[in-house]
Amino acid sequence: MELRPILATLRRHKVILWLLMLEIALSCAIICNGVFLVAQRLQHMDMPSGIAEHELVQIQQAPIAPPSDRYARAQEDLATLRAIPGVQAVGMSNQVPFGGASSNGNVMLSPTQPHRTLSAAEYFGENLVQTLGLRLVAGRDLRPDEYVDADVVIRELASGSGKGFPVPMIVSQALATRLWPQRNPLGRLVWLTPTASFRVVGVVRTLARANAYDTATAQYSMIIPLHMGADKDQSYLLRTRPQDRQRVLAAATAALKRADPTRVVTHARTYDRIRSDYFKDDHATAGMLVSVIVAVLLVTGLGIVGLASFWVAQRRRQIGIRRALGARRADILHYFQTENFLIVTFGIVLGMVLAYGISLFLMMRYELPRLPAGYFPVGALVLWGIGQLAVLGPALRAAAVPPVVATRSV
Amino acid sequence: MFGYYIDLATRSLRRNKALTALMVLAIALGIGASMTTLTVLHVLSGDPLPGRSGTLYYPQIDPRDGQGYLPGKTEPMDQVTWIDGMNLLQAKRADRQALMTGGTVAIQPDNSTLDPFYEDARYTTADFFPMFGVPFRYGHAWNAADDEAHARVAVIDGPLNDKLFGGGDSTGRTLRLSGVAFRIVGVVGDWNPNPHFYDLNRKSYGEDEGVYVPLSTSQDVGMNHDGGMDCWGNGGGGNTPAHNAPCVWLQFWVQLDSPARAAAYRQFLVSYSEQQKALGRFQRPPNVRLRNVMQWLDYNQVVPDDVRLQTGLAFGFLLVCLVNMVGLMLAKFMRRAGELGVRRALGASKKALFAQLLVESGVVGLVGGVGGLLLALAGLWLVRRQPASYAALANIDPEMLFATFVLALGASLLAGLLPAWRACQVTPALQLKSN
Repeated sequence: MELRPILATLRRHKVILWLLMLEIALSCAIICNGVFLVAQRLQHMDMPSGIAEHELVQIQQAPIAPPSDRYARAQEDLATLRAIPGVQAVGMSNQVPFGGASSNGNVMLSPTQPHRTLSAAEYFGENLVQTLGLRLVAGRDLRPDEYVDADVVIRELASGSGKGFPVPMIVSQALATRLWPQRNPLGRLVWLTPTASFRVVGVVRTLARANAYDTATAQYSMIIPLHMGADKDQSYLLRTRPQDRQRVLAAATAALKRADPTRVVTHARTYDRIRSDYFKDDHATAGMLVSVIVAVLLVTGLGIVGLASFWVAQRRRQIGIRRALGARRADILHYFQTENFLIVTFGIVLGMVLAYGISLFLMMRYELPRLPAGYFPVGALVLWGIGQLAVLGPALRAAAVPPVVATRSV
Repeated sequence: MFGYYIDLATRSLRRNKALTALMVLAIALGIGASMTTLTVLHVLSGDPLPGRSGTLYYPQIDPRDGQGYLPGKTEPMDQVTWIDGMNLLQAKRADRQALMTGGTVAIQPDNSTLDPFYEDARYTTADFFPMFGVPFRYGHAWNAADDEAHARVAVIDGPLNDKLFGGGDSTGRTLRLSGVAFRIVGVVGDWNPNPHFYDLNRKSYGEDEGVYVPLSTSQDVGMNHDGGMDCWGNGGGGNTPAHNAPCVWLQFWVQLDSPARAAAYRQFLVSYSEQQKALGRFQRPPNVRLRNVMQWLDYNQVVPDDVRLQTGLAFGFLLVCLVNMVGLMLAKFMRRAGELGVRRALGASKKALFAQLLVESGVVGLVGGVGGLLLALAGLWLVRRQPASYAALANIDPEMLFATFVLALGASLLAGLLPAWRACQVTPALQLKSN
């Protein structure tokens, strides 16, 4: 196909050409960045928790008035829950991955350092490795005799004595790698306050935080062997087969209510629910972004249809003349298709520059990562496709113009 | 003449229905998307207490030890400790002041058909109600004497009153909270400030407490604390810290009626910090802030970035729609070169043609605006069905309704300028001859 006549024609319709290019450039910029943002959301929503998500249910309860011994109550409740048919393991925790409400500690590598090294999630509670289905990659699990009542530790901390420390703990692999790159983390000490030291006895592959906003630090977690008293902030976690979850939830709620009819079960839900609740805003945003991208494509496509139709109508005479001079239908069809391809290509080139500019702005304003180069060809392919699809109708109509039009005056 | 132009415009638009529909659709989609997101942004960044927020301030001080302190860079704490809160409260240096925190309380209804349940609660001193202008449906707030006396009184909100007492006047009735009997003294009317500015540690939007009790009483009864807590040194553990623990977990708000009072209060915070440092309680040099409500919301970046991003994207989309409309308008006007040539030849001035064509694009804009409004209403309905925490607030108000039409009309007139100008440039003779 000869390009020169097409370019010559385009040069004579500069305004419309520029408008089309501008529209395609804007769409291209929006689509590249939009698709990237959606992909980021999806990746964020796909963040691993490290736990057996589909086999877990959570129950939170609170008494009307505090029980006389919260620790004894917790152990009784755990025994009650363990007795429920279908329950494979029972644990207790002060937080769950993506639970929202979090407990975090400032980690230091020496008791005297002036600034914390980083902040990491502090998981307190019973039997977490087994119940959550965590994968130990080094060291061992916490032993029952290593657990201490939380109140005892708080009292000792407040008094400033270092009695009872160091306490053993388990860390996530991400945290171990960050604190001691390429060194064996087992046996190493960290401090959470100037007097509270902890010795690493085990490493689990993955354990996400309850407030995993930032992907870079989302997997910094520690498990500390503390008995927690029964209160509204603690979660009883039950591991069961996926198909038994609803039944176990109902049975567990009933059993807890039987043990103390005045208590209130505030939450009884599957872990899947917790996860989808945590990412619901991302879900909503991704949905919104996708609808805008679709709308942009729709409007751009319809715009191309409109302008191409106008062009075809305006050039009916010329098309007729070309046909009379021997051009085949396919030649006319290809002419309009090539013209569209050229315009869209110009628009895409302009759009890439614009997309990059928007990406730079977003990086500065919202601390988003740079738009990866891989998204540019995606935007280009989508727009070429839309352009060809949109021009097909008008181009077919142009190809259908009979040669006899050339000889008619109107 | 205007009426005639409208008539011409509708005739012309009716002649090519597909093209007209395309233009109206484009502008309606663009307006619909941008108004939906703009309304959400508008609602979320709104003033929670219009008329009052300018005189309400949130004092921040820095009671931490030296660990992690970077002079001039470290922001003071976002909440106060029990000791500092009580000191500032008792100093009474502001026109009004209230110390508060959030929690959840167990409610045991007398009505045996209702199971006990937990309700969000606010433990606060008495000035909370007059300072924030809380309206009452029944009864009244408690007063400072009740705070002093650790009185077992409570204020509840409308929905809880409906649930427990069928919406009747419940003042004087007894309510069992966390196992202790309280007397209801007031029922709050329609009051639901968004964002939940006075305690951002919980959800920022769509949060409301059902029960209010005096802070002093809440501590006697051992009601649990819920919300943010930040400890340093050897503090930590448990969600309801001891009163002398080095932990911040309370919010302190003051009302200062004039800028001079605000400046004086700021100075007071500095001298308080100095005095506490001299006593050895504080270790950092005075590090204070005194932000009013809107500054406080801004500092906390309460409006989700996602919402801003969506708004930006929607306006990008509107731009695409406008460029699209310019192109289509141009095509439409150029096709009518013959008709315009005739009008010129018959004596219409360029200005008259220009006006006529602008009226035509204005008509498209108006129709598109109506379509856009409908789409925005549909869009907001969709937003309300989203699970996001702010979703329920997404409603259009008269202000945004007006803005929609201004935006639609302005946008399409702007989009009509270039095509109208180009079309006016026709040479009548050439057009007449070619036909």
